[in-house]
Amino acid sequence: MAKQTTKEVLTTPVFENNPIALQILGICSALAVTSSLNVAFVMSLAVIAVCSFSNLFVSLIRNHIPNNIRIIVQMTIIASLVIVVDQVLKAFVYDLSKQLSVFVGLIITNCIIMGRAEAFAMKNPPGISFMDGIGNGLGYGAVLMFVGFIRELFGSGSLFGIEIFSLVNNGGWYVANGLMLLPPSAFFVIGLMIWGLRAWKSNQVEAPDFTIAPNTK
Amino acid sequence: MSANNDTIKKTLIVTVSLCVVCAVFVSAAAVGLKPMQEANKVLDKQTNILAAANIETEGKDVFALFDESIEARVLDLETNTWADDIDPASYDEMKAAKDPKQAVKLSAEQDLAGIRQHARYKTLYMVKNGDKIEKLILPVHGKGLWSTMYGFMALEGDLNTVVGMTFFAHGETPGLGGEVDNPSWKAQWPGKKIYADGDFDSAAVALIKGKVDRSAAGSEYQIDGLAGATLTSVGVTNLFKFWLSENGYAPFLAKLRAGEV
Repeated sequence: MAKQTTKEVLTTPVFENNPIALQILGICSALAVTSSLNVAFVMSLAVIAVCSFSNLFVSLIRNHIPNNIRIIVQMTIIASLVIVVDQVLKAFVYDLSKQLSVFVGLIITNCIIMGRAEAFAMKNPPGISFMDGIGNGLGYGAVLMFVGFIRELFGSGSLFGIEIFSLVNNGGWYVANGLMLLPPSAFFVIGLMIWGLRAWKSNQVEAPDFTIAPNTK
Repeated sequence: MSANNDTIKKTLIVTVSLCVVCAVFVSAAAVGLKPMQEANKVLDKQTNILAAANIETEGKDVFALFDESIEARVLDLETNTWADDIDPASYDEMKAAKDPKQAVKLSAEQDLAGIRQHARYKTLYMVKNGDKIEKLILPVHGKGLWSTMYGFMALEGDLNTVVGMTFFAHGETPGLGGEVDNPSWKAQWPGKKIYADGDFDSAAVALIKGKVDRSAAGSEYQIDGLAGATLTSVGVTNLFKFWLSENGYAPFLAKLRAGEV
């Protein structure tokens, strides 16, 4: 890998090399926590914090980590950080932490974080690793906010809990799209988003793994 | 990465020191943030009690509102009288339920709610107008699919009409059984009746499969089942069956109705 500048490390994961859109990692939590923007926002912050600090700490001790137990060492660091984030959320934003419930704990198994620790932080110095963590967290957060925006707007007619479309239930004109509040809708939104992104930046289209041979005549 | 990192000695040193550092870090956060988390829990519980009693909390100081509108009192379920020597502010029901000296054990056929034992003393909450009880808020709990669900049910002064119902702690599947704390589901409860035709021994209120037909006979005892969460719905029905039976609050409610307490 060529030497990357701080700016590159920060911005490429947002559009060029997005962990969700290009690497297709961390889809599970992207489905679960995007039904409202508040929750998606807090989840994004939590992932940014965990990803950046796990990269920082893994990178700090990268020269001392025995190679044969490196995965478990990374897991220990990530798990500790996630528990701390969970405790902080419980102390400061109790309502949101109740809504996020298990998904904060599940950040431990989010492939983005472990992927960055293994692929970037093990090989690079702490400063740039920290930035890489923030960049990838931002990339994840950007997708979450985008999906959350669409799902909350069309699913409950509001943004950040503030009413945008007045709902029929409250005497307005907008019939809420209930599907948008259910997890499958995030699949459609993310799928369409990846399609759009790859149509715009066609270099993100992957080469086919194999070509299908024509039928024998 | 130098090769000598893979010696047994180095591996042990790295593992042990990493574990110690992480453990200290995690425990420091857990201990340091505990008081704030506890305060949040109390706030959440009081908000839920007020919500069950249908008192608007939006934009108000919950602690002050709770103090001025709600009176807490401890009930002895064995004798069905008030146990005024226990201070409701310091009494911890969850702890008491685990203490063999303060808990009531339930036999298999009594145990509709799947809780095995419960505290002998329960903290009840009341909204009073002079000496008259306007709303009575009962703590209830029972097993759902995964977890024990804790909630409050508020009754009107007639001790039969529901004012509101909330679950403040549960671990049911988010989106399915977890809908027990969905406001639009909870909004069905106000106005429902818990006992039918003067039969004050067994609760009539129940969750049914699908939607309630509001024009059908008996719909005032029926609540929509939770879609995709049959076992949670059965759990909610059973926990009310238990707490409104002779092993729960029924004898006390009977006394209250007769004006004996």
